[in-house]
Amino acid sequence: MILFLEQFLNGLQFALLLFLLAAGLTLIFGIMDFVNLAHGSLYMVGAYFAATFTRWLNSFVLGVLLALPAALLLGVVLEMLVIRRLYSREHLDHVLATFGLILFFNEAARLVWGAAGLTLPLPSFLSVFLEVLPGVPYPAYRLTIIGVGLLVAGVLYYLVQHTRIGMLIRAGAANREMVGALGVNINRLYTIVFGVGACLAALAGVMAAPILTVQIGMGENILILAFVVIVIGGIGSVRGAFAASIIVGVTDTVGRAYLPEILRLILSPTGASTAAPALSAMFIYLLMASFLVVRPEGLFPAPGGRK
Amino acid sequence: MFLLTLFTRIVILAIAAVSLNFILGYGGMISLGHAVYLGIGGYTVGILAHHGINSGFVQWPIALGLSALFALVTGALSLRTRGVYFLMITLSFAQMVYFLTVGLDKYGGDDGLTIYKRSTFAGLVDLSDKVAFYYVCFAILLACVLIVWRMSQSHFGVVIRAAKSNDRRMQALGISTYRYRLAAYVIAGTMCGLAGVLLANHTDFINPEMLSWTRSGDLIIMVLLGGLGTVIGPVGGTVAYLVLEEALSGITEHWQIVLGPFLVLMALYRRGGIAGLLSWSRRD
Amino acid sequence: MMKSLLGALAAAALLATPAVAQQKVKIGFVNTFSGPNAAIGIDERNGFELALDHLGRKMAGLDVEMLYEDDQMKPEVGKQATEKLIQTHKVNFLTGYNWSNVLLASLKPAVDSQTFLISGNAGPSQIAGELCSPWFFNASWQNDQTPMALGEILNRKGVKTLYVLSPNYAAGKDMAAGMMRTFKGKVVGEEYTRWPGQLDFSAELSKVRAAKPDAVFVFYPGAAGSQFFLQYAQAGLKGQIPLYSVYTTDAITLPQIKDVALGSISTQQWVQDLDNPVNKRFVAEFRKKYGSYPSYYAAQHYDAAMLINSAVVAAKGDLSKKDEMRNAMRKADFPNTRGKIRFNHNHFPIQNFYAQEVVKDAQGGFTMKTLDVVFKDHSDAYASKCPMKW
Repeated sequence: MILFLEQFLNGLQFALLLFLLAAGLTLIFGIMDFVNLAHGSLYMVGAYFAATFTRWLNSFVLGVLLALPAALLLGVVLEMLVIRRLYSREHLDHVLATFGLILFFNEAARLVWGAAGLTLPLPSFLSVFLEVLPGVPYPAYRLTIIGVGLLVAGVLYYLVQHTRIGMLIRAGAANREMVGALGVNINRLYTIVFGVGACLAALAGVMAAPILTVQIGMGENILILAFVVIVIGGIGSVRGAFAASIIVGVTDTVGRAYLPEILRLILSPTGASTAAPALSAMFIYLLMASFLVVRPEGLFPAPGGRK
Repeated sequence: MFLLTLFTRIVILAIAAVSLNFILGYGGMISLGHAVYLGIGGYTVGILAHHGINSGFVQWPIALGLSALFALVTGALSLRTRGVYFLMITLSFAQMVYFLTVGLDKYGGDDGLTIYKRSTFAGLVDLSDKVAFYYVCFAILLACVLIVWRMSQSHFGVVIRAAKSNDRRMQALGISTYRYRLAAYVIAGTMCGLAGVLLANHTDFINPEMLSWTRSGDLIIMVLLGGLGTVIGPVGGTVAYLVLEEALSGITEHWQIVLGPFLVLMALYRRGGIAGLLSWSRRD
Repeated sequence: MMKSLLGALAAAALLATPAVAQQKVKIGFVNTFSGPNAAIGIDERNGFELALDHLGRKMAGLDVEMLYEDDQMKPEVGKQATEKLIQTHKVNFLTGYNWSNVLLASLKPAVDSQTFLISGNAGPSQIAGELCSPWFFNASWQNDQTPMALGEILNRKGVKTLYVLSPNYAAGKDMAAGMMRTFKGKVVGEEYTRWPGQLDFSAELSKVRAAKPDAVFVFYPGAAGSQFFLQYAQAGLKGQIPLYSVYTTDAITLPQIKDVALGSISTQQWVQDLDNPVNKRFVAEFRKKYGSYPSYYAAQHYDAAMLINSAVVAAKGDLSKKDEMRNAMRKADFPNTRGKIRFNHNHFPIQNFYAQEVVKDAQGGFTMKTLDVVFKDHSDAYASKCPMKW
């Protein structure tokens, strides 16, 4: 039982990392109807920024805090230079352009930071472990991720549900043309949304960096999962992204943890260990496919339906 | 000779691009999981070869049959959705098979599996002869291009193309676009499965990378570069993409920093890709 | 007149010789130069380059041309790089190959084209057994051997229950299998983690803690190794459950893990402090040239270069005499950082295996110290499956 709770915490931590990434993605997709494959690159660049700033300033906290506005700036510049021109195009053009951006960012990172990747070491105050469950010391850093994730979720929820700009976002997700017709500065809204999305992605990258190290292409794998999350959650819905990240994150982690034992009844240990992560990954895609067939709008569809 | 290897690879991937163009260019169905058929074709050959079944007369029909079956089942489900949802669901089916191949410990999993003997055809043609193999692939490409051309000119092709631009009108006319689309999807999947069979023979090696979503992305780019909805377009696009990749990587190992923005510019300013560029200049 | 005739003859002779001196020894080096494990590829290259320096960058009077290719840790990329080296650059030797899965994918092109492939690190069981080839030589060790020595140590230390963690690829499976071949206790947990992507071991470490084994065995080369050791400490397991490893603590990862690895025990066929003249020179000059301790990766590639040299010298620079080169390599008569080794009939080395411990050196850095000889003149377990005879 204790082991299960520990695995659950691991899953929750992964889920909240996914949420940070998915939240930005779903907003960008929902408001601007823009398929942003380069979201994973923003995740990666955020991690690289944090690692570099931490090294320069010799402080983990400062490095992390500085990386976020840097990523925000990058997101805004990117939006104004490239993304903005693609809103009127079809999704295929989005796929082509953002795929090109992925190649560009990966290679640029290789040129700037070298091919070997970087590490982002934790400061000593985060390397301790706290006894969250009796007899179970849990790394403080992972608790921090959970804490930050929940905090951001809370802030986003408040922002979207209780502020004017949140109202504009919800309205824009439901009916873009109307919002424009009502005289709202759509361009500025879009730039802000993209910038916030970039910031969230960078935050996810920063949080993941100490555990997973910083490397070229680190965004690609998690990006795919983020897409799964936003489809299951409902495109344009932050609430949906939250619920779906929990489902996907916990399922993936707990599946990876327990499936090998079940499989070992039928397969050899190497077979079970090979098949288990594959099966739990397959299951997540099966889940998404089922949703797409049965309930394509997702768990929390944007009101008014999508076109 | 390295050039022969490169050209063979171009021809094989062109077959895959032609098949994707049939549903994407003509039919407007954006599939981000088309590379799965490369994998199904390739893995059939690889697994059978691993068990000592090397005859092409056995391997190839099974590979094509499995591709068609997979396309039928997943297509039937996927085609109930449209636009970006279709994109995601084709992606998810491809990812499922991807993880399945990763999980197949017996057949190498992530490490992949070497194919020690190419498909044999009872002495009719020796595929391990690089030149002969190239001609076989080229002949198959020609056949596929011909098939797609004939189909696009036929009633079948007209329906597909009309359904892309205005599905509701077609349905109002009483035509079950779903059935036409599904047929197109199965044909495209089978053709790509054949490309997968050839690819496995070409590289003497299969691994899950063949099916990854980035592979599917590469295929989309090749189709887009060549211009949607033309018969020769995807071939041109494949040639352009692979030659560009080869040439640029010879100049600098950081070639992707050039290719990336090139694709972005293509997206911003394209009107029909390379085929479009050609006809545009002719219009002048 | 005589002078000008002599001059003309001399000129003609000079013009003739460059045609012979034009021939070079072309060596293709396939390894990892990008991603988190680029440091390994670089270390291996450094070891090879140091050997070339010691050889005056010539073999049997011929210039050596090195062609480096990046495999990105991917089997298909390594395979393509191998094919390019063979077809476009027409190399005479292939070497490098750090990862077993990359090697397995790249073997066929080499064998088909009759190009010698000297593996500087990877030693998968398949190539020691049924896939053995007259064109392949292994200059390092067979994957199972080192962990077999570790299993022996576990027995000597009285470990009764063991948890096994290893990455899910060819070498990872070989390592675990090798250890379990000799280990006499009970394996209470056996997990193969995603490779190379997985660097987060929280789920597995939770299971280790729940299982409460006497000891834990791991094999995590490169960046995953430093991550694992750090997370092991973060999870509070260091000091509670002893951690035994193979190829996880080395000169590359130790500077990152530092104190966390102090005192941990592993086995290897080469340790920095091995007492023979070749090794002493190698370690001293490596430190001088590159400013750090060499890893076993570098030592193996130093040996690989010397092995190739012995072949070229025996053929007197005539690279078409492939049988003579093979016979020379089989003799294993080359300067070796391990002292003296022989080749088994499957072209894998027969050598000693040592137990080693992580210690602090006089300057406060971290290095390894030999404790004991665990196996003497050890052959791998797959040789019997290899049909080659000579």
